[in-house]
Amino acid sequence: MNERKVSRPRPLSPHLQVYRPQITSFLSIMHRFTGIILALSTLLFSYWLLSATYGPEKFAIAQTVMSSWFGQSVLCGLTFSVFYHLSNGIRHLAWDAGWGFELDRVKITGWLIILFTTAMTVLTLVAAYSASGKG
Amino acid sequence: MNMRSHLGRVRGLGSTNDGVRHWWSQRLTGMALIPLTLWLVFSFVGLVGADLNTVKSWVGSHGNPVLLGLTIVIMFHHAALGIQVIIEDYVHGEGIKTTSIIVAKAISILLSASCILAVLRLTFEG
Repeated sequence: MNERKVSRPRPLSPHLQVYRPQITSFLSIMHRFTGIILALSTLLFSYWLLSATYGPEKFAIAQTVMSSWFGQSVLCGLTFSVFYHLSNGIRHLAWDAGWGFELDRVKITGWLIILFTTAMTVLTLVAAYSASGKG
Repeated sequence: MNMRSHLGRVRGLGSTNDGVRHWWSQRLTGMALIPLTLWLVFSFVGLVGADLNTVKSWVGSHGNPVLLGLTIVIMFHHAALGIQVIIEDYVHGEGIKTTSIIVAKAISILLSASCILAVLRLTFEG
């Protein structure tokens, strides 16, 4: 183990609110935010999957929870989060490969992410509601 | 001027003693999750309001148990890696930071194992 004596406090990240809101910073914050939401959604996924091993009654309760207005709102939010984090994740991979760092490209791909996420979220929800016979 | 020892450079582990492993794991799991998540979301669309028998036959059909298993392991791993970075960014006390990371990883491993077991049971039990 390394024993390090800290003589001076390490610098902290600057506070977000001192910056003017921009698409770049907004999308970056959204990536982390949707990441947290999706990490939490693994709890819901686990509940749903595990309930299926406790028989038809317990699973029917899980499906009722999912189709309640609260469950529907959560699932709508998760659909958005999935498509946002997925497409913006691809954008991050492109940056890691050294592509797309120019400011105009960053802005264009940023708007593409918003467009893609909105379109895929709407399409998926339309498909889900028509599959459930409520559309 | 390079202040690092020859051994340190050869090991390539940097100041964190972890090298690029965390960073690289997050990218690889992220890439794997692109097709897996799309598959999962589109599968869920077909399972809206489904009863247990429908879900069981979906879990057990063709390559689905393998795909589900992969998705579960990689998804929980990716989530734990991401939560770790967030904890490291915002939790500054050394003790509470290490404890939170261990708790996050423990929850991830526990749920991952439970979900795999659930997939096996749904596949092989009547």
